[in-house]
Amino acid sequence: MIKFLFKGILRDKSRSLFPFLIVTAGVFLTVALYCYIKGAEASFIRSNANLLSGHVRVMTGAYAKEADQIPNDLALTGLPSLIQDLQAGFPGFIWTPRIRFGGLLDVPDENGETRSQGPAAGMAVRLLAPQTPEIKLLDLKKALVRGHLPERPKEVLISDEFARKLGLNPGERATLISSTMFGSTSLANFVVAGTVRFGVSAMDRTAMIADLADIQDALDMKDAAGEILGFSKDSVYRQKEVDGMAAIFNAGHEDARDDLSPVMVTLRDQPGMVLMIDRLSYATAAIVGVFLFVMSLVLWNAGLLGSLRRYGEIGVRLAIGESKGHLYRSMIYESLMIGALGTLAGTGLGLGLSYYLQVKGIDISSMVKNAAIMIPSVLHSQVTPFAYVIGFLPGLLATLLGTAISGRGIYKRQTAQLFKELET
Amino acid sequence: MKKILLLLTFACVLAAPAPAQRLSADQILDRIDENAVAGNRISVTEMIIHSRRATRTLKLKSWVEGEDKAFTEFLEPARERGTKMLKLGDQLWTYSPDADRTISISGHMLRQSVMGSDLSYEDMLEDRKLRQAYGANVVGEERLIDRPCWVLELTAKAENVAYDSRKIWVDRERFVLLREDRFAKSGRLLKTLEVKSVIRVQNRWVQNDVVFKDALKAGDGTEFIIQSIEFEAAIPESLFTKASLRK
Repeated sequence: MIKFLFKGILRDKSRSLFPFLIVTAGVFLTVALYCYIKGAEASFIRSNANLLSGHVRVMTGAYAKEADQIPNDLALTGLPSLIQDLQAGFPGFIWTPRIRFGGLLDVPDENGETRSQGPAAGMAVRLLAPQTPEIKLLDLKKALVRGHLPERPKEVLISDEFARKLGLNPGERATLISSTMFGSTSLANFVVAGTVRFGVSAMDRTAMIADLADIQDALDMKDAAGEILGFSKDSVYRQKEVDGMAAIFNAGHEDARDDLSPVMVTLRDQPGMVLMIDRLSYATAAIVGVFLFVMSLVLWNAGLLGSLRRYGEIGVRLAIGESKGHLYRSMIYESLMIGALGTLAGTGLGLGLSYYLQVKGIDISSMVKNAAIMIPSVLHSQVTPFAYVIGFLPGLLATLLGTAISGRGIYKRQTAQLFKELET
Repeated sequence: MKKILLLLTFACVLAAPAPAQRLSADQILDRIDENAVAGNRISVTEMIIHSRRATRTLKLKSWVEGEDKAFTEFLEPARERGTKMLKLGDQLWTYSPDADRTISISGHMLRQSVMGSDLSYEDMLEDRKLRQAYGANVVGEERLIDRPCWVLELTAKAENVAYDSRKIWVDRERFVLLREDRFAKSGRLLKTLEVKSVIRVQNRWVQNDVVFKDALKAGDGTEFIIQSIEFEAAIPESLFTKASLRK
């Protein structure tokens, strides 16, 4: 029967083309949007993890409460032993200390007077340590716009936009005016080795990247750092795994709990992250749900129209003795076949566009110009194995529902009236 | 007997601080300013900062001329040694020997803490006479560190005053502040000052040991202990120049 139905679909395009096109369009949009949201979610998590919070972040309890204010007076101390403990306890993770700091970057003229000045959002990482993971995590080689990466102490990178605003070029000197861990005003000279662009508006406005040791020296933070970030060695963020790690670590430090004892928080626990990740999950579910609903309505109507147009055909089939159940089932099979064909076509087109956007991406920089969180300026789609099958849910279900609802008319036909109807 | 009673009454009248009681709030402010503002002075002060996680001690030497000129050099600890600050009128510069840079402190930086203490740069700049900046009312009398005090409420009458209102406790005989609460325009308490001891130097009463506390900051405040102070000392005019910061 399937072969028979399939031939019917191919030969009588008037009854299959419209539902096919509807399903193709719906599935195409579902797959493309699903991949785009997955890509956005992955980019968002990756940017936030690499630039801001790691997969897990260890801070003092007091620092964690005010992390957005960068309270370095509440930083972690005894850094070497803490990192050693983390490496021994969680060997599947890379542990790297960072100091975030704020301050003014002051560019002197030839007389040492201020030529230009601007607020800097700084990050100190292990730039010069051998085999540092930071160059890769921050993707500094790719982010470099002018100059070179720091090779010597007191060399820093600043965002290209910031450098241009200050009229500062690679090789020139600038003074960081900031506060030490103990609140004293701190002035420290640096040489700009190069300029960078991360493609994240929040970073590209005023970023300054310095070596950890230099900032520890400038901010009087010997053996101290604001935070220690942990990244899984395979770079994959697994919520269950990090939840378990945080529970073990925090339980181990519970006895000594005071405001300045270390706590571990996961990426999801960062302010705003839960909301963002949940929103993206809801968006994915909503897209599939909306398309399923809308396509079902459209296909129901298409089914009704088809039934009207095929009124005579159905009548003849009933008149020659085909049972109503058999006829109903054959129409359901037919719709499933149209749904499957439309889904295949829609999935193919959707994946094609998604692969293209996976490489090219969509520039959303104008929308996130003033964003304070780490949102990448270019969002790429991400094709996942699930993207190959996600279209089948709305594609098949919509045609099935549409036909199932409209096909109920078959049971309303009166056999006694059939010949009268056929005569007219 | 009558003579004795008369003498005792006369003695009591002489001993009581009756003339001071008759002073108006403005006159009290005048007397405070008269005691506090000197022609010039040189002092060495120990600054003990009781922050949330540590206590640090800094030593600084200050040269002050009138209300407008001040030069400060940090002597200890080693990390801060050679850091200097110059105040000329409403302008403030700081010099760091490590960076060999002189930076003007202005705008929002004025609100920042001086060396992590509870004192802000804005507090450092505020050397204006109380009488010029505030209108006052006497609101009560109390005893502090065993001294009789007037309690005055001050409301800003001048522009560009860091604190909109203050409540001060003034020694009724020495005209020196023994306690002070400083408030924002909203009425929120911003800073407190508590005097632990007062000494007499060259006919002036000087707050020898003061705890200055930023009410919005964790910690137990910053204690200023004067190690030496000299009034009307000779200060070379060249000290109050930007060039002297780098010397």
